[in-house]
Amino acid sequence: MISLKNIDKVYRTDRIETTALRSINIEIEKGELVSVMGPSGCGKSTLLNIMGLLDKPSHGNVLIEGQKVDQFGDIKLAALRNKKIGFIFQSFHLINDLSVVDNVELPLIYRLIPGRARRKLAMEALERVGLSTRTKHFPNQLSGGQRQRVAIARAIVGRPEIILADEPTGNLDSMMGAEIMDILLGLNRDDNATIIMVTHDELLAKQTQRIIRLFDGAQVS
Amino acid sequence: MLKNYIKIAFKVMLRNKLFTFISLFGICFTLLFLILLSSVIDYGFGPVKPETKLARTLSITMGSLSTESGGNTMGPLFSPWFFRKYVKPMTTPEKISISSYYNPDVIYRGDKKIKLGIKYTDAEFWDICDFNFLEGQPYNKEEVAATDQVAVINRRLQELYFDGEPTAGKILEYKDKRYLVKGVVDNVSIVRIMPYADIWVPMGHAEIELDKPTLIGGFPGWYASLLAKDKHDIPAIKAEFQKRIENVEFPEGIYNKLLTSASSYQEALARQMFRRQDGNIYPFMMILLGVATIFMLLPAINLVNINMSRIYERASEIGIRKAYGASSIVLTGQFLVENIIITLLGGILSVVMAAIILSIFNRSGILADTTFTINFRVFFVSMGFALFFGILSGVYPAWKMSRLMPVQALEGGE
Repeated sequence: MISLKNIDKVYRTDRIETTALRSINIEIEKGELVSVMGPSGCGKSTLLNIMGLLDKPSHGNVLIEGQKVDQFGDIKLAALRNKKIGFIFQSFHLINDLSVVDNVELPLIYRLIPGRARRKLAMEALERVGLSTRTKHFPNQLSGGQRQRVAIARAIVGRPEIILADEPTGNLDSMMGAEIMDILLGLNRDDNATIIMVTHDELLAKQTQRIIRLFDGAQVS
Repeated sequence: MLKNYIKIAFKVMLRNKLFTFISLFGICFTLLFLILLSSVIDYGFGPVKPETKLARTLSITMGSLSTESGGNTMGPLFSPWFFRKYVKPMTTPEKISISSYYNPDVIYRGDKKIKLGIKYTDAEFWDICDFNFLEGQPYNKEEVAATDQVAVINRRLQELYFDGEPTAGKILEYKDKRYLVKGVVDNVSIVRIMPYADIWVPMGHAEIELDKPTLIGGFPGWYASLLAKDKHDIPAIKAEFQKRIENVEFPEGIYNKLLTSASSYQEALARQMFRRQDGNIYPFMMILLGVATIFMLLPAINLVNINMSRIYERASEIGIRKAYGASSIVLTGQFLVENIIITLLGGILSVVMAAIILSIFNRSGILADTTFTINFRVFFVSMGFALFFGILSGVYPAWKMSRLMPVQALEGGE
């Protein structure tokens, strides 16, 4: 589903050069539930951003379903992100000016799905994460756990094959974290979604099928 | 998608009330200034009653007389003798009129002192101008030739002198003369300085010797209006006048050079303002353009700054939208819609404010009988400029931001 070949990522400023990832080679199969672990600053989020086409590697190739995406232009990359990938961020990244249901509809807007159909799909996704009663609320009226549920609903509303979750429970207490993890496990089990999750939590990682460990930008297992 | 953009635009405007206020104020202030300025220019320079034939009217008013020793006299200086000798015989205009500027004076009706402006004209004056006669008619050629004691007055003088009663055929006493009022016209704004007066009488009543051979006419100044049959005849009229004054006489004996020309209304006004005899309206237009540019530029720079900070503040939103499938073009479109909405709102507000200000001004009587109106052509041009700056200032940073990798935008555009 996702192939990373010889990926390096180097951040350069006028004075210093920081290597975030070096010689990464990873294959993720369709329907896999994988966690990425490692100490802070080891490149976990960078790896996830490159997999999700949110960032470009300095060197190496990213393949999604066998397609090399290196040469894709802005419009093609945007379409690929829209159709294939759903993101869940640690800090939720909801748009505060939009209501819960409007936030969830966001990926469908860029697919040019008509309003009524969009609303129906968004309501279904919210129901799935247990938030069908909070659709008119705004993000700042919700708890952290509820916001993350909205973010998950937004990630799954377009039925993407890949879900990338960057520390989805990082800002939540253990009970909320467990609930979010249950939702992710359900998505993998019921929808055969390919899920790659960055986490610091060994207990959560153990619930996934495979753990990729990074240290200083290099893959150690 | 458009509905979503509009929804977001209003939400962003409501969220950043201070930014929204500053943006709207900038747009509104610029447009308001331009609308008011254009109203004044329109009223001052445009074809307004009784000067509705401006497009085919020329006037001869400003001139410059030089002496051998380098002395110079400049102003609306010509005498009726000059106009009768060098202008009246012209063949290219359809009609030629000679008249004075208005002379401020007072008349008494019993103990009542009435301030007025008196103007001395010929009969052709009434053909070239397009007065709205409320009563009666103008005096004719024969009455002017015989210097009959006849007059046309305006509504204001009718109200003050005749208490608003029907006036045509009544007598008005002025400087020991008894003028038969032949007609009553609507008031003319003082902004239209050439036809302006409260009472118009045949030119023979002026307290100067009309046929005295002198180039200089003295206070209150005289001018000639030349009406072309067609506006295409104007160059020929100008040329004929120049030809006729080539061998002008200098009866005063001290002057040896005359500079003047037949000019359009706008040129003539510019001459009055800049005391230039060559009728060049270039400096006048440059000043107007300069003022308009400054007023456009300051809010435009302001808008650019506001939009920059507004968009940088929304970097994270741009990142989220990119992550979920928005391309750079789509995002730029979103900001375009937002800027168009705020500019249109500013435009609507400015028209409402301009209408209120003009209505207050028109009713205030600061400039009597002057009715400024909104020039919608100028409004739309100004809106176009405001939209251009709004779009440029909004879309450029949005485009720049949308070109970032989503991860950079999510991190706040760093």
